[in-house]
Amino acid sequence: MDSFSLLMQGLVTAMQPMILLYALIGVTLGTAVGVLPGIGPALTVALLLPVTYGLDPAGSLIMFAGIYYGGMYGGSTTSILLNTPGESASIVTAIEGNRMAKAGRGGPALATAAIGSFVAGLIATLLLAFLAPQVVKLALTLGPREYFALMVLAFVTVSATFGDSALRGLTSLFIGLALACVGIDGLTGAARLTYGVPQLMDGIETTTLAVALFAIGEALAVAAMLQPPDGMHKIKGSVRMTATDWARSWKAWLRGTFIGFPIGSMPAGGADVASFLSYAAERKLTKHPEEFGTGAIEGVAGPEAANNAAAAGTLVPLLTLGLPTTATAAIMLAGFQQFGLQPGPLLFVMNAELVWGLIAALLIANVMLVILNLPLIGLWIKLLSIPRPWLYGGILLFATLGTIGVNPSPVELGMLILFGVMGYGMRLYGYPVAPVVVGLILGPMAEQQLRRALAIAQGDWTTLVATPVSATLLGISAVFLVVPMLMRLRGRGQVLSQVAGDAD
Amino acid sequence: MKHAILGVAFAAALAVPAFAQDYTIMAPANPGGGWDGTARAMQEVMQAEGIAKSVEVMNVPGAGGTVGLAQFVASNAGDPTKLIVGGYVMVGAILTNGSPVTLKDVTPIARLTGDTEAIVVPAASDIQTLEDLVEKLRADPGSVSWAGGSAGGVDHIAVGLLAKAAGVDPTKINYIAFSGGGEAMAAILGNQVTAGISSVGEFQEQVKAGTMRLLAVSSAERLPGIDAPTIKESGYDVVVENWRMVAAAPGLSDEQVAKISADIEKLNASEGWTKMLADRGWTNTYLAGEAFAAQLDADIAATETVLRDIGLVQ
Repeated sequence: MDSFSLLMQGLVTAMQPMILLYALIGVTLGTAVGVLPGIGPALTVALLLPVTYGLDPAGSLIMFAGIYYGGMYGGSTTSILLNTPGESASIVTAIEGNRMAKAGRGGPALATAAIGSFVAGLIATLLLAFLAPQVVKLALTLGPREYFALMVLAFVTVSATFGDSALRGLTSLFIGLALACVGIDGLTGAARLTYGVPQLMDGIETTTLAVALFAIGEALAVAAMLQPPDGMHKIKGSVRMTATDWARSWKAWLRGTFIGFPIGSMPAGGADVASFLSYAAERKLTKHPEEFGTGAIEGVAGPEAANNAAAAGTLVPLLTLGLPTTATAAIMLAGFQQFGLQPGPLLFVMNAELVWGLIAALLIANVMLVILNLPLIGLWIKLLSIPRPWLYGGILLFATLGTIGVNPSPVELGMLILFGVMGYGMRLYGYPVAPVVVGLILGPMAEQQLRRALAIAQGDWTTLVATPVSATLLGISAVFLVVPMLMRLRGRGQVLSQVAGDAD
Repeated sequence: MKHAILGVAFAAALAVPAFAQDYTIMAPANPGGGWDGTARAMQEVMQAEGIAKSVEVMNVPGAGGTVGLAQFVASNAGDPTKLIVGGYVMVGAILTNGSPVTLKDVTPIARLTGDTEAIVVPAASDIQTLEDLVEKLRADPGSVSWAGGSAGGVDHIAVGLLAKAAGVDPTKINYIAFSGGGEAMAAILGNQVTAGISSVGEFQEQVKAGTMRLLAVSSAERLPGIDAPTIKESGYDVVVENWRMVAAAPGLSDEQVAKISADIEKLNASEGWTKMLADRGWTNTYLAGEAFAAQLDADIAATETVLRDIGLVQ
């Protein structure tokens, strides 16, 4: 039987009322945990695993997949409205999304995130269905040197796109890279910069840093501005997307999908990297560069599509190789094993009905998510009409609870406050905060891949450009780095003077 | 509900304290790992079999389990309802991190499960046997890159022991640490490294599908249903097992320890646990009491030696 008729058969399996009910429970729970910072999809699936022991395999796996997709979906809501990203993949969404919300355009921001997630989820699930075996073969040819080249590309494009000044962007990035050095070195097991504090052994938690810099830093900044206490964010215009919004969003959705899916499929990729690259791509390709930094809709549409497409992408190595590349995927793997199924090269052959049922259910879950989320937008944005002191008080509470929820330790709380104050200081002096988080996430990945590549090649640096993929990626990075410099040298005086002016 | 009633009846019938005790199990790792899996499997079976009325799992991740261990020891002394899951990886982590809290500070109850390590090469590799691999290792230790889990973990220790047994300087081994089994497996399948090492279960499907070749396993005896020699019968005196255990809080009375040990023994004897282990592909290596305490001491001593040899502990 060909893939298409297998998928149709899967849709018939998935259309049973009970399966639909499991999918509905999954997406509802997933959205809820995505909205709450601190409770991620991984923890939710882990909590539900024993509950599903008595259910049939198809139903519970479909529920897990619903939670996974729902979590990716829900994460955008708090990022956009409260500037409190609940997970690393929705950090970039906060950059443009929250600015849009403050400009009174929270409705369209949430809508483009929801519809973008839907479009990306739909396309990526179909790609999963038809291309999984081919994609995984390709992903396996990539080794540490290719991943290192990909990280370099991400560094160059991302650091150049944040903030108005390259110097300030890079300063922030290097603060992030320095923070990334804290913790146990993954390759030798040596502890770095931990000063004997065991909680620092695993490094600085990304969500703690992100929540501190974004939410706490901003709450402090708002409080320090001494604005009239009754101020609130006004909602301007419709909560729906306008024709222009649609026109500007759809290309970003598609680009996000085609960036997110392959990166999610890579064993060392991930939704966060995908969302950074998508943001960088949108910023480079936009026809409205002046809006970036003040709330450009492409900056929400692209990354949100990318992180959902990447979520579908991670199912490729899970189903075809039994390779869990995220914590959630690892628990889903345990779920498979609970029913005596071993994901791997033989799963598609031995349990075809279940696999295609799962893929079909993902398509259905995706439709349910958009139906569930679009009407909620009107409700969510009412959050913004809460008077500002109350709103920020709530954000502080929410951020603190979320952080202790993940890691119940006073050290974690101390870091939250410390980074919160740092975030306030950076805002005060005009340094962008996003590159700090980017540095913290990408720094260790780049370092480990570089050292692995060199260890495999026994210290031979030419290994980095020895394959066409790595050489091409590094070549593109070099172009991105050098061309703007050359342009400045050729007398773009205003750029130079801006850089000089920033260096005070 | 039916299970709960059955459970109460079961507990009453045995006339061990009339009411089943509640437990909180700490998994000193993130959701999704082996310790978390063990804790949640215990939770499920203990509740279903009525060994305990309510079991809660709590995750305290960090530093190879030492963050959780420290917290467990600091806040639960004398509390007989608190359990912690741990394992061989924790032994290594305590040594490499110089953790002030060690396994001496908890009350070990029993070893529950174990995983055997397996050495594999990509199907495309020209290495056919463990002897071929060791020969290459002897000729040039650096040219053999090993993909495995975290530095100082059980995979790393096994490679160190093999090198030592083969007369190769363990500090010269080219061990590439990957986070989690997934990335290491991708590197092996993608032919990025010479060999790979992880638990047998992790490689089983790939070996069946013919994408990897299984060279040897690290158990003392050959494993049923697995067509590979042990490292030992290939002539290198290396036996490694990645075990997982359950321990209780420090400062308990003998009666309290006996009660917990009885509950864990009931868990081990239950049908639900046997089925759970079969589903997850874990081997039951139950060992309790004095025998376990002695084994634990021996493992700690052996691990310390090999970590010094690799150069991870000074």
